[in-house]
Amino acid sequence: MAFNSAKVFNVMSRNTFEMPPGVVTTGNLLDVLQGFVHELRAAGLPVSMTENLDAMRAVEYISMEDRESFKAVLAATLVKHHQHWPAFETVFEVYFARWSPGVDGDEGSESSNDDREAPEGGGAGKQPGGGGGGEGVSNEDLAKMLMQALMKSDDEMLRNIAAMAVSRFAGMEPGRPVGGTYYLYRTLRQLDLDGVAEKMMSNAREERDAPDDSLADRLASDDHKIKIKKFKEMVEEEIRRRLIADRGVEAMARTLRKPLPEDVEFMHASREEMLQLQRAIEPLTRALAARLAQRRKRRRRGQLDFRKTVRHSLSYGGVPLEPKFRNPRPSKPEIMVIADISGSVASFARFTLQFVYAMAGQFSKVRSWVFIDGIDEVTRFFEESDEITEAVQRVNSEADVIWVDGHSDYGHAFEIFAQRHMREITKKTTVIILGDARNNYHATQATVLKEIRERSRKLFWLNPEPRGYWNTGDSVVGDYGIYCDGVFECRNLRQLETFVSSSFEV
Amino acid sequence: MAMRFKSVADVTERLAAVDYLADANIAGVIYLADRLEKPVLIEGPAGVGKTELAKAVALITDSRLIRLQCYEGLDEGKAIYEWNYKKQLLRIQADREHERDWETVESDIFSEQFLLERPLLEAIRSEEPVVLLIDEVDRVEVETEALLLEVLSDFQVSIPELGTVTGKQRPIVMLTSNNTRELSEALKRRCLFLHIDYPDLDREREIVRVRVPEIDDALAEQVSQVVRSIRALDIKKAPSISETIDWARTLLYLGHTQIDPQVITDTLHVLLKYQSDIMKARKEIGVDSPLPIGPKRS
Repeated sequence: MAFNSAKVFNVMSRNTFEMPPGVVTTGNLLDVLQGFVHELRAAGLPVSMTENLDAMRAVEYISMEDRESFKAVLAATLVKHHQHWPAFETVFEVYFARWSPGVDGDEGSESSNDDREAPEGGGAGKQPGGGGGGEGVSNEDLAKMLMQALMKSDDEMLRNIAAMAVSRFAGMEPGRPVGGTYYLYRTLRQLDLDGVAEKMMSNAREERDAPDDSLADRLASDDHKIKIKKFKEMVEEEIRRRLIADRGVEAMARTLRKPLPEDVEFMHASREEMLQLQRAIEPLTRALAARLAQRRKRRRRGQLDFRKTVRHSLSYGGVPLEPKFRNPRPSKPEIMVIADISGSVASFARFTLQFVYAMAGQFSKVRSWVFIDGIDEVTRFFEESDEITEAVQRVNSEADVIWVDGHSDYGHAFEIFAQRHMREITKKTTVIILGDARNNYHATQATVLKEIRERSRKLFWLNPEPRGYWNTGDSVVGDYGIYCDGVFECRNLRQLETFVSSSFEV
Repeated sequence: MAMRFKSVADVTERLAAVDYLADANIAGVIYLADRLEKPVLIEGPAGVGKTELAKAVALITDSRLIRLQCYEGLDEGKAIYEWNYKKQLLRIQADREHERDWETVESDIFSEQFLLERPLLEAIRSEEPVVLLIDEVDRVEVETEALLLEVLSDFQVSIPELGTVTGKQRPIVMLTSNNTRELSEALKRRCLFLHIDYPDLDREREIVRVRVPEIDDALAEQVSQVVRSIRALDIKKAPSISETIDWARTLLYLGHTQIDPQVITDTLHVLLKYQSDIMKARKEIGVDSPLPIGPKRS
């Protein structure tokens, strides 16, 4: 890539030392913007040519000083999916960190001195003024200041405290190859935000007349949580800003790059990503359900509606130019999901079950089984509770899926399934099997699948492993695959969605 | 370039004058839409004031609001224009005695007076300033969406018999979507995107105070705090802004000056519409909430 936005950025930073923050010449700004858009694309956001041009025009009209609006305007031109907002925000914070509130020219150089002088966070605990940033302030004072600032929601004060805390506790060293989360952890550990929250709570109780007020407690605690979360973000921002000064914009953006929610791999999702996925599922299924419903309605015309046709012909002078049809009422399919919930693929199974049940309205009936080496029908959990997430939790904790040793045994599970339920599969049933087909070298019993396929309308297999790993080691997906109508790689929400919307005839 | 607004602050102020409290996000995008002459696609949960925004913008720019409500099965004939074929038929029949050649008849019946104007064409041909609101655009089929593209990018409509009709002025165009389906990339590319979320505490309190002027500050604060806590719960349908306002009004009618768990429990049905949500909220912050435990408790 010939364009080096880090270099441009450095040039620009120098400019801003001479000018008040927020005033940038348009030429420079456009350069940063190009680096910014480039990084957005690298993070997976689809930014088209038109949108890029729109953004370039947009920044002419809005000054950077009004940061909120500036950010909103950039987002309005570049980000057209709400779930991409977090990714946008991260990139924005990196590329436009220079102009974030609380930064002025000389503070940058001062804080880099602090970094070098800052002693190890753990040992610095008791010495007043030993921490570099904010000399003469003891850690106790800092904690007190923090609490006051939090109670008053004094953003400027909070930002200063965040800067002080980072200088003092994070122990940042230039060039050290650790991520921002490490520094964040060190800073937060020293700040003891839980303790602060507790103190804020007892303060709030003392201040009001009736100390025994559960509602006021609850509201106060919600309020404090939000304030503390905001403060944590400020600390994070401060650390990020210093890392950028150390490593440059591009490198920083690369480290912070995270997959978009729809690209997060089920099998390797972190806890935070899990929550993201959780949130992404609901709108996705809603959209998908609408699409399926529409397709079903349009696929076939109903019978000729004679009355309607004649009535309509009156407007053409009695000639039945336009035949009218009754609305079709196609039957909805029945779905059976059989999911492996052993350790490695558990989260995949959970999401897919959640996905299928969120769309249950599109099917006449949904039944589900989970297995490891034993198999158990879990339809009842979903019927009993009206929260899907709750049902999925109960599946995890209550389903009876261990037969011998708790290692996946697809063969045995399929065999039991066939004995109990084969007769219930009809030509209206679509069967979906979820799993990586890692069978621990047990017998495959693939013939069961052959029978299922003959009896059912369709038989699909969704595998959360990358295609390259299939049929290696104890994976026997190929043995099963020959009896399926389709075997699909299903590593993330995007692939799951593609499967449902394209392969899945309703 | 249209110049309806001087600056972002100008947008905020003028919106506030008609009781619509915009945040930096909303004001910034509206300002930009005016400058770039691009339509705005507004997304967000139900009841956060998407349609209200269009109405407020129409009000502050002294424009007429033309609204196209979308629904499944909306077609060209209902969205853009239609030939009044009944009238055309009458015309042909009335003409029967005079022998006239087809060309004359054709040019006659495909003329202005047989054209039925629908919202989009109406907005394009309007002489006075208008704000065009295309409401719930996610309800139309993907194919119908394509109809909108020409209007959105060039603000013109092609009618085969009459030629292309181009707008006399560029109105502000707003589309709203409840996100029941993913809109096409082509549509999104032509629009600025604005996601409106539930307001933060300060903004919601201000909204309550503006919309329910009789309320006192302490109660408004409490109302918005409780609503915020309820929204944080894992519920099916979080309370919208309009529901917050309804709740504040209800509290006033019932003569409550303070909120306690009993009051919340008695009036929760104003905020929440699902029984399971109500039960959950009762358990968390209503009368069924557990007694608080914590330090310094007598």
